[in-house]
Amino acid sequence: MELTPEERQMLAGEHGPATKKAMEILVALGTIYGADRMLPVASAQISGVSFDNLGEAGLEWLAEMAEGGGRVRVLTTLNPAGMDIENWPALGIDPAFARSQQRVIEAYARMGVVTTCSCTPYLFGNLPRFGEHIAWAESSAVCYANAVLGARTNREGGPSALAAALTGRTPRYGLHLDESRRPGLTVRVQADLRGTRDFGALGVALGRAVEARPGKPIPYLRGIPQASLEELKSFCASLATYGGLAMFHMEGVTPESGLYDPPAETLTLTRRDLDEAIRSLDSAAGEADFVSLGCPHLSLAEIQRLAERLAGRRVRKTFWITTSRPVKRLADQMGYTAVIEAAGAVFAVDTCCVVAPIRGRFHVLATDSAKACYYAAAKNGFATRFLSFEQVIEEALK
Amino acid sequence: MILVGRKISPGAATGEALVTAMGISFYGGVDPASGRVVEKGHELEGRSVAGKVLVFPTGKGSTVGSYTLYRLKKAGLAPAAIVNAEAEPITAVGCILAEIPCVDHIPIEQLASGMRLRVDGERGLVEAE
Repeated sequence: MELTPEERQMLAGEHGPATKKAMEILVALGTIYGADRMLPVASAQISGVSFDNLGEAGLEWLAEMAEGGGRVRVLTTLNPAGMDIENWPALGIDPAFARSQQRVIEAYARMGVVTTCSCTPYLFGNLPRFGEHIAWAESSAVCYANAVLGARTNREGGPSALAAALTGRTPRYGLHLDESRRPGLTVRVQADLRGTRDFGALGVALGRAVEARPGKPIPYLRGIPQASLEELKSFCASLATYGGLAMFHMEGVTPESGLYDPPAETLTLTRRDLDEAIRSLDSAAGEADFVSLGCPHLSLAEIQRLAERLAGRRVRKTFWITTSRPVKRLADQMGYTAVIEAAGAVFAVDTCCVVAPIRGRFHVLATDSAKACYYAAAKNGFATRFLSFEQVIEEALK
Repeated sequence: MILVGRKISPGAATGEALVTAMGISFYGGVDPASGRVVEKGHELEGRSVAGKVLVFPTGKGSTVGSYTLYRLKKAGLAPAAIVNAEAEPITAVGCILAEIPCVDHIPIEQLASGMRLRVDGERGLVEAE
C-alpha cells in the first residue's frame, strides 16, 4: 500500500502506541483486500459496546488503547450498550454487569468518542453527506449510510472502526469504490408495502434469496413508489441481518439508483413471498411475555405514534421502548415520555433487546423488527411474534 | 527452506508447527481458558495451540474471534505465530490486537506438524529449520 508521510509516522509509532496499532489494523485489512492507499474518513460508528458481546478481553483491549493515548480524529459515535446507562436498575440489570459496562463506556469516552450508544447515529448529528467516505460498524446503519444517504463505507468490525476513528483513515477498497456499488440483480416487488414489518419482511425474503446466490449481487429494487425513513431503517436492518448486504438501490427512492440501468438478471417478489417471510418469524405458539419496539432505535415520529396509542391505557406485559438518548430527550421535552411511562411501558435507552443480557428472562418476544426476531432466537433462545407496529402495541396491552 | 509471503501482523517468533488443512474459528472453536481446539470433528480437536506456530488455510466464524486471540495472549496460551494461506480480517485483527506475528500467502501444504518454524512478520517470511 502507498502510505502518506503522516500515515507512515502513525505506523512507526510516532503518534503513540494506540495509533500505531490502529494503523497496523488498517494496513493489514488493506493488504488482505488489495487496497492501493488510505482514504480520509469523515466519521466513524463503533460496534463492540455491549459488555455482553465484548467480554472481559474486549474491555481490556479498549482500556489498553485508551491508555496508549488513543484519541479520535473524526466524529465518532457508539453502538448500543448492554443496558440503559442511566436507568439500568429498572431493567433488572445485574450490578456487576453494569460496572463492567460503565468501564467500557469510560474507555471510549477517554478516547474522545461521543458515547451516544445507538444504532441510528444518522438521527442525531452523525449524518454523512452524499459521497462522503466513512468507517461505520453496525450493519443496519452501514446499509442505511450507503444506500439511503449515498455515503461510502464497508461493513467494519469493532476494532477496525475504532482504528479508523483513531487515525481518520480507512483502506480504499470495497464499497468505497464506484465499481463495487453497481447493482447486479433487479428485484421486482409486486406488493403494496405498508409499515416497518412489511419492509422488514421484504428484507428477509430478499436477504435469503441474495444470500443463496454466488457473489451476493447488490439488489436494484423496482416497484416501491415511496418509503419513509422508518420503513427504510427497518428494511436496512433486515437486509443486513438476513442477507449480509451493506448496499442496495431502490428506484426513485435512493440517491444512486438513477446512476444505473436495472440489471438484466431479475427476481420477482410478491405478497406471497412477504407473507411467507412473516410466517417464518411469527412462529411462537404461546402468548408473548416480552414486547419491544425500537430495533433499530425508534425515531421521534415513532415515539409520538406510540404515545398517541398508549394515552390513557395500561400495558400488561414487560414492554421495552428502545431508542437513543438524544431522541429520548426530545420525547421528554414533547411530553411523549410521560404518556408512555404512565401506561406502564419502560424506556430502555442506549440499549436494545438484541444486545442486553436478557437470556433466560423471557420466552416469547413480540416485535415489529425482523432483525430482533433473528437475534431473539439465535442469541437468547426466545420464540418470536413478528407483528406490525400497531399490533405490537396491542399485544402489550393484552 | 524459506517461504515468502505477505506481512499481516508484525513481530517475529519461533516454535513448533501445528498444521491443519481445516479453517479455524477462534470464537467457539478454541477454548480461551485452556488454549485447546474444541470444535467438534476438527482435525486439531483436543490439541493446544499455546506456543505453537499455528498453520491453517484461513479463519472463519464470528468477528468476536479477534478478542479470543487477545484473551489467549493475556492467559499465556496464544500461538507463538500464525501462518495462513489466505488471511481474513478476524485472524488478522486478532493477531494485531494480541501482538502475534502473522504471515499469509504461504503454500502451507509444504509445512507439517512438528517442524520447527521461524516466522518473520515484518518481512513476511516463514523459515523451516
